[in-house]
Amino acid sequence: MKKSALLLPSRRSVLAGMGGAAALLAAPGLVGRARAQSGDVIRLGAPFHRTGIGASYGRWYEQTAKAATALINEQGGINGMQVELVIEDDGTDPKRSVEVMEKFSAEHNVDAVFGTLFSHVVAATAPRAGELKMPYFICSESHALASGAFNRYVFQPSITDVKSQVISMAPWISDNLGKKVTLIYPDYAFGYDHRDNFTAAIEAQGGEVVADIAIPPTETSFTRYFPKIPFSTEVIYHVMVGPGVLTFVKELGEHLGSQGPELFGFIDSLEAVQLDIPQLSFLEGSHFWEGNPRYAQADQTDFDAFYREKVGVDENGAAMGDPKNVSTYAHMFSVWETLYAMKAAMEMADYKGPDQKVAMLEAMESIQGFDASNAFPQGQKVFNGKTHQSFGHQYISKVVDGKLEVQHTTSIEDTFYPDETDYTKMSF
Amino acid sequence: MDIAPYLLLATLEGLVQASVLTLTALGLSVVFGTMRVVNVAHGEFFMLGAVGAWVCAMLMPGPPWLGFVTALIVAPAIVGLLAAAADWAILKRIDYDPEATIISTIGLMYIIQQVVLMTFGPNAQAVDAPFYYTIRFPWFGYSSYKLFIVVAAIVLVFALWRLMKGSRVGLLMRATQYDKDTAQNFGIPVDRVYSGVFAVGAMMAAIAGVLVVPNQQAHYLMGHDPLLLSFVVVIVGGLGSIPGTIAAAVLIGLSDGLLSVFFTPTLAKIASTLLVALVLVFKPEGLFGKATR
Repeated sequence: MKKSALLLPSRRSVLAGMGGAAALLAAPGLVGRARAQSGDVIRLGAPFHRTGIGASYGRWYEQTAKAATALINEQGGINGMQVELVIEDDGTDPKRSVEVMEKFSAEHNVDAVFGTLFSHVVAATAPRAGELKMPYFICSESHALASGAFNRYVFQPSITDVKSQVISMAPWISDNLGKKVTLIYPDYAFGYDHRDNFTAAIEAQGGEVVADIAIPPTETSFTRYFPKIPFSTEVIYHVMVGPGVLTFVKELGEHLGSQGPELFGFIDSLEAVQLDIPQLSFLEGSHFWEGNPRYAQADQTDFDAFYREKVGVDENGAAMGDPKNVSTYAHMFSVWETLYAMKAAMEMADYKGPDQKVAMLEAMESIQGFDASNAFPQGQKVFNGKTHQSFGHQYISKVVDGKLEVQHTTSIEDTFYPDETDYTKMSF
Repeated sequence: MDIAPYLLLATLEGLVQASVLTLTALGLSVVFGTMRVVNVAHGEFFMLGAVGAWVCAMLMPGPPWLGFVTALIVAPAIVGLLAAAADWAILKRIDYDPEATIISTIGLMYIIQQVVLMTFGPNAQAVDAPFYYTIRFPWFGYSSYKLFIVVAAIVLVFALWRLMKGSRVGLLMRATQYDKDTAQNFGIPVDRVYSGVFAVGAMMAAIAGVLVVPNQQAHYLMGHDPLLLSFVVVIVGGLGSIPGTIAAAVLIGLSDGLLSVFFTPTLAKIASTLLVALVLVFKPEGLFGKATR
């Protein structure tokens, strides 16, 4: 039997291995980085979901971040310093994300970290960012921040949270589509934000949720969940994430046919997926929430055209020259805008290095909002310094000829709700 | 909805599940039955079949069915060769020692997963079904392709049955399974039989992967669930028993379909895992297995 060599290494080989590991750690490349100079450049930690269930978002978040950084550097950087991205893959995994946050702090010595999307990853990482006193700008839609669950180091300066989105959508849904709603949502934090806030919001409109169906984001087969949809349903409200989203929508179409209830989806169910394929023709006439319209609209702003071109996305929301490579257009603007929000705060504080971290964060808290511009192509933002959360316009689009046409744009006031916390009362 | 349409949907879903499970679990079972190797990388062969189908669909011009038929031949062939190579390069060297094969196939699992991730990227890739037609029942619609999976699985299982029972190859496999040393004494090339069996087992999983992919999507992490369910089926059915594996796959598939539709998919998973625990405690040779010789 040769198994002993495999399973029970000798003392000598263990010692040799430990020696090797020590030599590796002492190698100049690894520990040297921990002493990296700061002050000459602004170094930003960018943990993206390169792999795992958020990979399609991660790819586009990275592309958007690189485009915005190149543009900022072209325009002279921040306070005369060039911006450098340190990109790490967090695997859409909460545990790995915390490790990556520690790496950014201890090894890469970054000035701030930004760009996490999936809410369960944010939920794990934000407390660690606070402990490490690391400014952390999320692009997540998670309501946990504005509900007071995190700390003074965490901000969401661009994308709105699910609560905002849902309370501004609910009146439109109940007025135009129906009052008896079945919810289909992913079975984790992000889905619960939808369930809890939408249930409250539709009841405030005199409607009701007749069934709610939670599906794990790693699921690959969905038909078996659909019998739970009651016949009394007038509207199916669906929001799904993960690698199986296309299968989810296809099977929903097979199950319902064209006679089914009205459909209102969050575009998450089809982010990075081509709309104009025959299997999705049943979506014609159905409605979607969009954080930022995927298809260039008739009244497209110059800002949107500029942003599209810089990020390399065509008028259908796909990569330039590759119509099958569809972007996560409704979400990825938040990376672009978050970088510009950080730039604004750093310029207000005349930020030169990590010693001025607190000044930079206080500057961010004092910001009232941003006007629509090339830096904020999705549109105007109102920023709440107490809850660290941004508020902005939402779009409801209808599928017409296999494309999304914006039917209704909410006002920013529609997305407001009373403050649930005040981070400025916390210490740094 | 009355009870009847529910029952129809549950049965359809259960049958599709059972078909895919039968193919995947049979691969695992054949390998264990002949070689006494617990192949933890089995799910990755399933995933390679699915990814292979996607690559074929991308490279083949013309209608989707052409790419699909190509994939049905090419993907299992490549996976089979890879498995034979893994047998030659790894399993043979460690003398098929039970503990060592488990550890090394765990390693193989990670290697395959990461190579696919590095080569084809982390995105879920959709493959067009060879035909697209939705059967409309009065209460709900159902994809006709899913029913095709059931038919294909029955044909393939029958083919495997003929191979095992009616061919010289099957005879060699059964002789090796019965008594390896005696078989060797009678001049049966046990090494080559092992490589062949490992390849056939992997090919079953790969075919299941090709069949499933128009229905799901090809993704580097998709091998996990089929592996787990295959173990469930193989344990319930009795390790190494082909009729037991088929019966257990149908049992698990149908109960999964019924419990998922009438209650929740989570409860279905709990039930099948509980069944495994009960079988291991009260009838460790499996519901349909013979007591060990």
